[in-house]
Amino acid sequence: MKPKVAFFDFTSCEGCQLTVVDSLQTHVDLLDAVEIVQFREAMTEKGEDYAVAFVEGSISRQSDEARLKQIREQAAVLVALGACAHLGGVNAMKNAMPLDDVRRYVYGDKAEWYETYAARPISAVVKVDAFIPGCPIEREEFIEVVKALLMGRKPPIPDWPMCVECKRKENVCLFHQGGYCLGPVTRAGCGAICPTYGDGCEGCRGLIPDPNSNSMSDVLVKYGLTVDDMLARWTMFGTYQQMELQK
Amino acid sequence: MTNINIEVHHITRVEGHGNIVVNAKNGVLEECRLDIVETPRFFEAMLRGRPYTQSSHITSRICGICAVGHATASLRATENALGIELSEQTALLRKLIFHGEMLDSHVLHVYMLVAPDMLGVGSVIPLVKIAPDAVLRALRIKKLAGDLCAAIGGRHTHPIAMAVGGFTHFPSVAELKALRGRLVDARADMAETIKLAKTLPWPQFNRETEYVALRKEDEYAFIDGVITTTDGGKYELSDYRRVTNERMMPHSSAKHCAHKRESYMVGALARFNVNYDKLHPRAVAAAQELGLKPICTNPFLNTAAQVVEMVHSVEDAIGIIDELVGRGVHSEPLPPFPGKGGEGVGSCEVPRGILFHDYQIGDDGRVIGANCIIPTGQNLANVEADMRKLVPEIIDRPQDEIRQMLEMLVRAYDPCISCSVHFLDVKFV
Repeated sequence: MKPKVAFFDFTSCEGCQLTVVDSLQTHVDLLDAVEIVQFREAMTEKGEDYAVAFVEGSISRQSDEARLKQIREQAAVLVALGACAHLGGVNAMKNAMPLDDVRRYVYGDKAEWYETYAARPISAVVKVDAFIPGCPIEREEFIEVVKALLMGRKPPIPDWPMCVECKRKENVCLFHQGGYCLGPVTRAGCGAICPTYGDGCEGCRGLIPDPNSNSMSDVLVKYGLTVDDMLARWTMFGTYQQMELQK
Repeated sequence: MTNINIEVHHITRVEGHGNIVVNAKNGVLEECRLDIVETPRFFEAMLRGRPYTQSSHITSRICGICAVGHATASLRATENALGIELSEQTALLRKLIFHGEMLDSHVLHVYMLVAPDMLGVGSVIPLVKIAPDAVLRALRIKKLAGDLCAAIGGRHTHPIAMAVGGFTHFPSVAELKALRGRLVDARADMAETIKLAKTLPWPQFNRETEYVALRKEDEYAFIDGVITTTDGGKYELSDYRRVTNERMMPHSSAKHCAHKRESYMVGALARFNVNYDKLHPRAVAAAQELGLKPICTNPFLNTAAQVVEMVHSVEDAIGIIDELVGRGVHSEPLPPFPGKGGEGVGSCEVPRGILFHDYQIGDDGRVIGANCIIPTGQNLANVEADMRKLVPEIIDRPQDEIRQMLEMLVRAYDPCISCSVHFLDVKFV
């Protein structure tokens, strides 16, 4: 029997689910390996009997917690899909600002109409079994994770820094070009796509376990960069983690 | 007389979360709403304090489908605020990647979100069995569109190389030539797409509507231009608020918009109605084959207008590549920060319609304030106005049929709800 899979989303751009749809361009056989029972963005059919749940998006309001907990209760395996679910992602930038000010800035005196709280990764609300990092996720990595889950293996998510991949691609180091890059401390697996296209790593895949922060500081000093500049970059996706570190 | 009680919770095959709520007693419509229950996103607030160079990378995250569009509007706002002029090559590359996104988004909507309704299935997945050729064609067009975006921006969803004043990566002439060949081959897929669109049972419904789109005298406008309405309105970009007039509604985390009437429509049909005379001749031929003429007031035909635009995008992309190959593609440095901030409005026609970003940037290069007005937000009041006219016309039909028609109506607008929240569930109450 094919495993039943469902897709869900919370606060997000749904770009990771679109990447899942795009992965069909090269892996249409995926539909033979699993039975998708729920995927609101792409289908009307709706089944509640699923074993694997992919969840995109961060949790940014109290009322979404019950829905996530219900998904957790049903799913034997719950996978965080993309940076918003995995890290909190861009949605957490507002966490560093007074919430009342953020609400009033967008909704004025009607701020009370719209519920919100500090955005958090789904792991802050429920137990997560696996994650697929990135903003957006990488198609091939998604396929590899699905394969691993089908075979009962641990998903092959790298825990070494992005610099390794960047070197393998023979890119000229962004620091040498006067740029900023979070490659030394960010989890690999994206094929160093941002440096390959001329932009420094923004850390969307999160920190590696035990990042070498001393070495990162040395790099900053060597190239005359400031911690503030690096923080401005790191907090695009890492505000939630940064604030947890400061607690 | 008929009582209706319809409540569609989390309408499917749309981007984001909305509910339809319709309720009629004794044949009289009492409630007709599109509730936008998406979580608020707060991008405008979050931009404050960020370096101006990050704005396009942050705001592309508003939407996974129109990421290139958000990046473009963001860059144009920043460039206008800072007085940065673009090279011809940058303008050409921006147009080319925009066509990639237009094609990607339209093919997704036409084949995967709308066609299943008209072919009597719940999603594209059963279509793999009953219409494999169509599904494979859709995936093929989508791959071409994605590869076009990737060659220029690194990827479609959340482009990397698009930067203030230019690009950080340049496609090779060889890559462009290979894409040109695939675009020429895609003409056959476009012909098949038109054939499919001709066979689909488009619902017959018309409502006199004001259509709003960007317009340029020298081309079918996607980036920059004059805000133009079918009621005769013309506004410079900086006057966008005179058109949008945003207001808050308790049932929607996306703001509503209205110009002179109670509502207006943006998107492919609006662009078609405003800019028909600027379409590529092959796109005009496609419109004629589909029986689509301006001014078309059937919102269901927004999807047909998307098919016409797909043809236009393929042809215009071929033309742009020819121009780029002719002049050669050169690495150009990014302009430095001019040392002084300012305020600027950027606008472009994303797949779902006209998009505005408005930024204030400080002399330190950090964003001081931001306002983003999203196409789906602009369409919400118009969808509700359509629902109020449509429901009485079909009120004698079975409730399930009414529900499906309403979902199809909402879907025809190709709403992008997570975008509009600064929006969808169908409830018949």
